Amino acid sequence: MITAAARRAGYVFGLPIVLLALWWVGSAGSSDFYFPPLSQILERLAEQWFGTRLVDDVVPSLLRLTAGYALAAVIGIAAGVLIGLHGRLRNLLEPVMELFRAIPPPLLVPIVMVLFGIENTMKIAVIAFGCVWPILLNTVEGVRAVDEVQSDTARIYQITGVARLRRLVLPAAGPQIAAGLRQSLSVAIILMVISELFAATDGLGFAIVQAQRTFAIPDMWAGMLVLGLIGFLLSLLFRFVEDRSLAWYHGLRRSQRDS
Amino acid sequence: MTNSVAEQAGPRAGGPPTKSAVPKRRGSTSPVTLGLVGLIGLLVVGELLPRTGLIDRAFVPPSTEIGAALAVQLGDPTFWDDVWQTVSGWALGLLIATTAAVVAGIVLGSSRFLREATASTIEFLRPIPSVALIPLAVLLFGTSLESKLLLVVYASFWPMLIQVLYGAADIDPVAYDTARVYRFTVWTRLRRLTWPTALPYVMTGLRLSAAVALILAVTSELVIGNPGLGNRVAVAQSSGAIATTYALVFITGLIGVLVNVAARLVERRALRWHQSYRAEEL
Repeated sequence: MITAAARRAGYVFGLPIVLLALWWVGSAGSSDFYFPPLSQILERLAEQWFGTRLVDDVVPSLLRLTAGYALAAVIGIAAGVLIGLHGRLRNLLEPVMELFRAIPPPLLVPIVMVLFGIENTMKIAVIAFGCVWPILLNTVEGVRAVDEVQSDTARIYQITGVARLRRLVLPAAGPQIAAGLRQSLSVAIILMVISELFAATDGLGFAIVQAQRTFAIPDMWAGMLVLGLIGFLLSLLFRFVEDRSLAWYHGLRRSQRDS
Repeated sequence: MTNSVAEQAGPRAGGPPTKSAVPKRRGSTSPVTLGLVGLIGLLVVGELLPRTGLIDRAFVPPSTEIGAALAVQLGDPTFWDDVWQTVSGWALGLLIATTAAVVAGIVLGSSRFLREATASTIEFLRPIPSVALIPLAVLLFGTSLESKLLLVVYASFWPMLIQVLYGAADIDPVAYDTARVYRFTVWTRLRRLTWPTALPYVMTGLRLSAAVALILAVTSELVIGNPGLGNRVAVAQSSGAIATTYALVFITGLIGVLVNVAARLVERRALRWHQSYRAEEL
């Protein structure tokens, strides 16, 4: 048992440790201005990012991210259920939604800036507007594909309204909605950073670009590491929530595969 | 892997025109017609809201004004230069990323040891937002093509790699053993066994990567200032040409639609032989 665990740990931590060590050793005596020693970067990381910057920059960024993402999720799922349940409405809106979805979301920053100014509202609106399409389209698709037998059964038993939504539609569309939410999460992080590059006074994106413009290179690298870490942690968090709320689905898939 | 769940069925084609053969029930318009009505409706609403003053037209110009600005753009040779910059940067970045990801994916995927040893590293690197690389790209390459490529390649590499890894791990054990018994060379095994198995996954990866690559190409132009449509939008916006800004965003959206449609056509063509690829649950 112990050797199995050790083997597993070796697989998980082996390569990352080797890579970090290579970076550490390779950059140790680096005099290249753009690639400072890792030790220096980590020093700045501990000093700045786990100190004042955490409150001043990381927290505002994450709050805006959460607000925009939550707004997109609520609107996307609500509208998606509505559109998905009505076939003609879906046919009517599908090309329009495909067009909006295909617009690269960062391009919305200049437009939303015109509409909402440069304050927090603008950043939240940008995030929400970019995130809503993958959620919306996946919800529509998931709701549309509700199992016909289940749908008919519900109708025969006269399960309608809220009960039908809760017991039939949302669970059936759940996996696909989750897929949309996952796609949107990476869009949200991109937009969080991009929206802070325009006329911002705080936030992760602002701090990193500030560091780059003032040629504080170790700070810039430290900021990039923080951003990477946030991306990684958010995807872990997402997977945790998804595994818990869709446990029945993953279990079902496993048993289907095994049989 | 639930990536197949993420798949969008495109706007349903209405099938062969059956209008004359089957008299339609009243009110059951074909999906294509309804879709067109939807698009026209968008234009009409976009025209009426600013005209009636419900929305300030300084912020949202009427559709006709956007259309006029669009016509001006289409007649401007520098616009086509920018389109070319965006599209070529997208294509080149996508090509580099997919090639690298397919090679890396097949090498890593064909060995259990390599797969397990690299899994945690890939899981860590993949969610790092590519925009984190913007400052580095600016410092190293300025506004040259390389900085755009760095972002595009990094972003579109991961979806492809993940798909190829799944594909290469999906080889039928019986087919694999058979290939070994018949002493296929490594090359033959790759060509006859690994590649056909991985192809459906590669195609899913291509579709995801193509969309991401366009986003990052435009983002790079917008933020870093490489020549291209993104940069053109930034210039139009900062000079107060609002209708032009909307027109350019619309055009970029159309390019995005084209990219999605093209990726789906390539997928269908490449997988013609693969009967079950639509029903397959990854």
